[in-house]
Amino acid sequence: MSEIAAEEKVEDIEIRLLLEALFVRYHYDFRNYSMASIKRRLRQARQQLGFATFSAVQERLLHEPDMLPRLLRYLTVQVSEMFRDPDYFRAIREKVVPHLRTYPSLKVWIAGCSEGEELYSFVILFREEGLEDRTIFYATDINQDALHAAETGVYALDRMQLFTENHRRSGGRSSLSDYYQAAYGRASFDRTLRRNVVFSDHSLVTDAVFGEMNLISCRNVMIYFDRTLQDRAIGLFKDSLPRKGFLGLGAKESLRFSRHAGAFDDFVREEKIYQRRAD
Amino acid sequence: MPVTAEAIVIGASAGALEALSAILPALPRGFELPVLIVVHVPPDRRSVLSELFEAKCRVPVKEAEDKEPIVGGTVYFAPPDYHLLVETDRCLALSSDEPVLFSRPSIDVLFESAADAYGPALIGVVLTGANQDGAKGLQAIVAAGGAALVQEPRGAFAPAMPEAAIASVPGAGILSLDQIAAHLKTLRVRP
Repeated sequence: MSEIAAEEKVEDIEIRLLLEALFVRYHYDFRNYSMASIKRRLRQARQQLGFATFSAVQERLLHEPDMLPRLLRYLTVQVSEMFRDPDYFRAIREKVVPHLRTYPSLKVWIAGCSEGEELYSFVILFREEGLEDRTIFYATDINQDALHAAETGVYALDRMQLFTENHRRSGGRSSLSDYYQAAYGRASFDRTLRRNVVFSDHSLVTDAVFGEMNLISCRNVMIYFDRTLQDRAIGLFKDSLPRKGFLGLGAKESLRFSRHAGAFDDFVREEKIYQRRAD
Repeated sequence: MPVTAEAIVIGASAGALEALSAILPALPRGFELPVLIVVHVPPDRRSVLSELFEAKCRVPVKEAEDKEPIVGGTVYFAPPDYHLLVETDRCLALSSDEPVLFSRPSIDVLFESAADAYGPALIGVVLTGANQDGAKGLQAIVAAGGAALVQEPRGAFAPAMPEAAIASVPGAGILSLDQIAAHLKTLRVRP
């Protein structure tokens, strides 16, 4: 084996130990995440935080809790867009909403909400469709900083052009600018959008079901999980949805390789929207 | 140049369609190696690359799916707006991480993860393009003991990407598209 290949192996060992330390010391469990992506993010963290090795990162992490949020920033924060994949939101609006209208009250779970872009997209859509008042939205994430950002609802103003275009293409019935105020290069979203939102720290890896939902949207979160973890998360969704409840995944995610595939029917196949079958 | 390997990774940008048309249809039926490809495509479009090449090729061609086991002799394209990576257990993985050098999918991301997974049994190919993507990734492939091929910049639709790759890996094999095709199609999986 070449010298470099041998070095690579040491790096793998270090990463495993670092993830173990993160779990034992702080109960954040990335041990079953997709290793290729985790490795890439950790390498970036190591370089930018100025450490020579992952062992050095680990030492600091174990002894200085300040290190935790700095590392988590690399491991968890996902940059999303409002109304990302406009066709997905169009399908929610045109195909899922008519079913949701038949319920007197609704619960919607945005799992892995990160900084809130997807959450606000749903709240705006529900307001446009006249469903907001009968809905409770649960926005969950494992990253406290991201949750805090979601709760604040402030985004860089230069992102609004893309968000506005996405919203329009999703079949939006209003103007996105009705929902935010622009000042000092920032767009602050209307606080009334949050009146029916519960923000909560929840891990798809270690936490349990917390309620019965009518719709769960979890997009581009599970692609970072290995298959075991994906199955755990999908199992949580399965147990959170009554018969005919909806589950929306990312454009390139699928239930096809999951052991829970049989618990769901395709609802809008091309948009990865599924519906819970009877047990 | 190696005669055996376990996988091929290819990166292409501006002019990719023409360049890949000189390579992929040359792969014979029964070709043994998987071919993983990143082409820079706009994020908001459904890519037609896999359908287009499926019609032209004698090997199976598809868009990569998350957690899909890699099958020898199959050509996989990265989907638009996602990075494509290789896991060490030889499954494909997608990610929504930030664009790298303004690109998602990124050639560097594929190449670096494939270098981790395949080590010396990997062949990296950088084709035409108007940016620097792939240069770092090719370096990672060579550092892990793999082989590097670069399209001759003179013959490329956009020479910047091959030039950057050569600057980053001076020992890379510099070949015309026909020579690349001729070499790849003779590759076998090591027994």
